[in-house]
Amino acid sequence: MANSKSHPATSRALVRRETISGYLFMLPSLIFFVGFVIIPMILCIYTSFFDANLTANGEDTFIGFANYVELFHDDIFRKALLNTVIIVVVSVPVTCVFSLWVSSVIYKLRGPLLSFFRCVFYLPVVTGSVAVTVVWKWIYNYRTGVLNDVLTGIGILDGNVNWLGDASTALACIIVILLTTSVGQPIVLYVSALGNVDSTLIEAAEVDGATDFQVFWRIKWPQMMPTTLYILVITTINSFQCFALIQLLTSGGPTNSTNTVMYYIYYSAFKLYRLGYGNAMGVILAIFIALLSALQFKLAEER
Amino acid sequence: MKSNVKSKHPSAYKVISLIVLIIFAILFLFPLYWIITGAFKPTTDIYSADTVWWPTQWVTTNFEKLFSSRTAPLFTIGSIEGPTVPAAIRWLVNSVFMSVMAMLLTCITASMAGYALAKKRFIGRGVVFTLIVCAMALPKQVILIPLIREISAMGLYNSLWAVILPTVGWPFGVFLMKQFSEGVPGEMLEAARIDGAGEAQTFVQIVMPLIKPGIGALAIFTFINSWNDYFTQLIMLTSSANYTISVGIATLQGESSTDFGILMAGAALAAVPIITVFLIFQKYFTQGITMGAVKG
Repeated sequence: MANSKSHPATSRALVRRETISGYLFMLPSLIFFVGFVIIPMILCIYTSFFDANLTANGEDTFIGFANYVELFHDDIFRKALLNTVIIVVVSVPVTCVFSLWVSSVIYKLRGPLLSFFRCVFYLPVVTGSVAVTVVWKWIYNYRTGVLNDVLTGIGILDGNVNWLGDASTALACIIVILLTTSVGQPIVLYVSALGNVDSTLIEAAEVDGATDFQVFWRIKWPQMMPTTLYILVITTINSFQCFALIQLLTSGGPTNSTNTVMYYIYYSAFKLYRLGYGNAMGVILAIFIALLSALQFKLAEER
Repeated sequence: MKSNVKSKHPSAYKVISLIVLIIFAILFLFPLYWIITGAFKPTTDIYSADTVWWPTQWVTTNFEKLFSSRTAPLFTIGSIEGPTVPAAIRWLVNSVFMSVMAMLLTCITASMAGYALAKKRFIGRGVVFTLIVCAMALPKQVILIPLIREISAMGLYNSLWAVILPTVGWPFGVFLMKQFSEGVPGEMLEAARIDGAGEAQTFVQIVMPLIKPGIGALAIFTFINSWNDYFTQLIMLTSSANYTISVGIATLQGESSTDFGILMAGAALAAVPIITVFLIFQKYFTQGITMGAVKG
């Protein structure tokens, strides 16, 4: 760039060379990215304006905004949206606070101990949603589940509770499992961020007689803001995507008490065979997440 | 404890937090403990209303029941079929094939693209990078319904490639490799160019060795994510011989929803290999998560 004025010809040749080689290096990745992310995204928006079914050669009928209009009058969609919002509003703050707390306790521990705790909290993520779901289904089971046995044993409950079959407890049960599978990554990130906090500032503050609490809020917390923001965004996206738990445990029931937008998209497309309707929901969900992410960035900037 | 003045007398807060932390750690380990002990419990333990915390007897009946429920050829390449084995073994083979292919293709394409984005000043670089970051923030599942039609049109529906190709397209890898490639010193690339090394040679001989930790992180990350990407596998794979272990266990769950012995055996089969991989490559993994977030 520095010599672009003195040698316009060479610089132009350089730019051309860089562009050609740049795109050659990008090409394999771009083929996959465009083919399996960008094109489906465009198709998603496009199909949302059609009455489309699942078969590849079926006739689609253009119906304009009818899918979107129907969505706003669909009580199940409204319920699903409400449940999704509840899941996000509960799980995002709890995940952030809990992982920050765990990280602040473990980040000063010795190497092997730190690795051990980091692993323990990451294990549910690695175990995989299906295995995790299946074991929790047993834990919550009405008759043979360990939860009922323990809670009645220590006298918290008088009788067994049908955790997943009762509309008043099912969503909470789902959220508990979701929480155990979402703190792993934030803990890794916070441990690393806490380790990177400028130690000279902390030492200076300690010399000046600052308490641990003050050191945390005045020095560590502001420096960890970018990490917190990233964690907020990924946890939000993660919560929106909660699917396996619901599909395998409750199928959205009882009486839609655990139905979420993600599950309803799946249900519309694969149980009702209404592709266009499912895609319209997908578009709404994407817009919703984009707005939320933007809002989180905005709030973080204002701090 | 380091020679910090404060840590000589651990405060009450620190002691209490450590105890609470240990309780939480036990709770987090419990599901895994329950899967593994449950897989080896006899039926009477499983159906007992009083919780049996430790198997009264370690038995393999659950695995026997799981293995005898269905069979499938060990592998299918074109019209050649392998020997008949329990379907669960075939599902494991499928999961391994799928995750390894997704991992290899992602590592190759993403390291090349990440290097270009970090080090090449090409026209349209900003646009491409913005697209990639935006795509990362969208829920992956939203694009899966349109993907089905596209994959069907390509004739790949109900094959493992229907799961592998979209995984490779997901842009997180490119983003991660860009972060790692930023650290490659420009002078080294310049020196290679002056020495007359071609673009490909520079990439293979100079860039690749320098971003090796990044490739390691991406490899393990892609492997685990691909193994556990239940939704994509669920909608793309429809016949039992093509199931992955996740979809297979999920199907089993629908069929014998209260035989928790079989289900725990299946869950153990799905979880133990991936946890082993994770524990072996844990170091790379942590690094990958952290690098993916810097400046994120």
